[in-house]
Amino acid sequence: MTEGMEQRRKERVDRGIKVRTDSLYALLSAGEIAYLALPRLVLILGLLLLPLVVPGMYWQRVITITCIYGLLAVSFDFLAHYVGLVSLGGAFFVGTGGYLAAIANTQMGLSPWLTVPSAALAGGVLCTLLLLPCLPLRGVYFAIISLMYPLFSARVIEALDILGGTDGIMGIDGFPNRIVEQYAPVVLLLLILFGLRRLVTTDFGLVVRGVKDNDQAIRASGINVTYFKAVAVFVSASMGCLGGACLVHIYMWSGISQFALDFSILPIAATVIGGSGTLVGPVLGCLILVPISEMLREFGTLRIVFYALILVAFIIFKSEGLMVWGRRKYHQFERWTRI
Amino acid sequence: MSEEPILIAEEMTKTFGGIIALNRVSFTVNRGDVLGIIGPNGSGKTTTVNCLTGFVRKTSGRVYFLGTDISKKPPHKIADMGLTRTFQVMRPYYSLPAYKNLVIPLFSPRARRTGGWRGGGRLGDRDTVGIDILEEIGFERDSYVPYKNAATLPTGYLKRLELARCLALKPEVIICDEIFSGLSMSEIASMVPLIERLQMDGITLIMIEHRLRELFRVANRVMVMNFGEKLMEGSPEKVMSDDKVKEAYFGSRDIEEVMTHA
Repeated sequence: MTEGMEQRRKERVDRGIKVRTDSLYALLSAGEIAYLALPRLVLILGLLLLPLVVPGMYWQRVITITCIYGLLAVSFDFLAHYVGLVSLGGAFFVGTGGYLAAIANTQMGLSPWLTVPSAALAGGVLCTLLLLPCLPLRGVYFAIISLMYPLFSARVIEALDILGGTDGIMGIDGFPNRIVEQYAPVVLLLLILFGLRRLVTTDFGLVVRGVKDNDQAIRASGINVTYFKAVAVFVSASMGCLGGACLVHIYMWSGISQFALDFSILPIAATVIGGSGTLVGPVLGCLILVPISEMLREFGTLRIVFYALILVAFIIFKSEGLMVWGRRKYHQFERWTRI
Repeated sequence: MSEEPILIAEEMTKTFGGIIALNRVSFTVNRGDVLGIIGPNGSGKTTTVNCLTGFVRKTSGRVYFLGTDISKKPPHKIADMGLTRTFQVMRPYYSLPAYKNLVIPLFSPRARRTGGWRGGGRLGDRDTVGIDILEEIGFERDSYVPYKNAATLPTGYLKRLELARCLALKPEVIICDEIFSGLSMSEIASMVPLIERLQMDGITLIMIEHRLRELFRVANRVMVMNFGEKLMEGSPEKVMSDDKVKEAYFGSRDIEEVMTHA
């Protein structure tokens, strides 16, 4: 190196906030309470206020759909990052939940207050039972098999002309009013997001994460791997079914387009953009991707090109994901130091 | 030494395609025994462990543990009965801190059954129980080692972590698959008393080892394997002086010479 030119490197220093090391201190100062609460409040209040800020019904509807995609993305991230099952079955979960809610509403006359939770639970059980034979598979093998489920279901409904065939099931009740319709997905998403963040740090969550890390050691510890995988799939599938059930009541129609692969693919893209393993990241990814996808609608088929470009740009320039990057910026200083 | 058999293997056979990895191996382990299994590389020692613990499906043969036939049971059921094992290639949960590694076995049905509230029942805190177990096994409680990610721990600690995972289950039997391999002399020296203590606590041990000197210090019976077959079984002294063993295991060299190099 030439004389006089000084070599520097970037150094990262943890912020000197006690809350990082000792949770009790968080209660002792307003600054530290704010440090903890601010990012969470931004998300919660942001999602709650967003429908009031955006212009017109159309964009309010987009936000609702975004939240449903958010549910799917969180469910994908949970299964892929914490359990090690890369699932392309998002569309299957949505379709199952949607059709179950539709049947419960039209055949049994249940109100949306009952159909949505019961479709989520029953759909979760149904999806778990159907995926049970595939649970020994891992990674990309599970991905391929789980992709088959939505394709298969749509074809079966089409070919056998059951459940309304290609016309779908019509005449489903909407949510009682606009506010419920607008906020049900938002509130559900927030509840599930924070609930799931809690779940993965409990002892139960540790076991589930252990399944991903190393299933042989789980077996050697006398724990049934398949049982824990099944419970995780149930959690994830219920979230997808919940989204599907909401969707059906919003559109007041249920059809085979609910098995469309958009519901499988977009959550994955959102997880890539938002940062996998953060659970919040995928929601953030959906908040970016779904509106962009709507805005690009004017370009017709060209929108796929723009969409792809955005994805590629994210993968190249921010492959860690927005949330991982943002979290680092929030918790650490960066400064140049002389070597 | 009581003569109550705790683990009986009958004619265990395992073939991988045309290769016979285990050929009609039978043995009995009594409660409180420390059985050493030795043999050259590829002689079927680890396959024996895998067959006993259900990680590999036997081609034929039976295994009885505590009087129950466990030949067809899946590995988690066998571990649940108290027949635990360590892995030769350590298998910690790399993304978790050392003590959190133990929360997982402590969450298992067996630990919850046997551990009472300390095993992490409704009142128990599995984190503290985990640290207690780690301290027993040689992690300094007040150091940062138990709190470090398993990915950053050296081999010596990972081997101990393997043992700790078994202990968390309050086992009847621990099968140690080469627990001394890859360790330095001083690490082995600190490990031997641990093994002796497990033995005094009444845990039956099966140890697969290449470190004969340390093994013969703790083992009361040794089984020698070669080419998937049981060559002989007996006390360490008897095994050491056997000509067949010398020839199969040590080649033609004198055993005393090998022992001094071991």
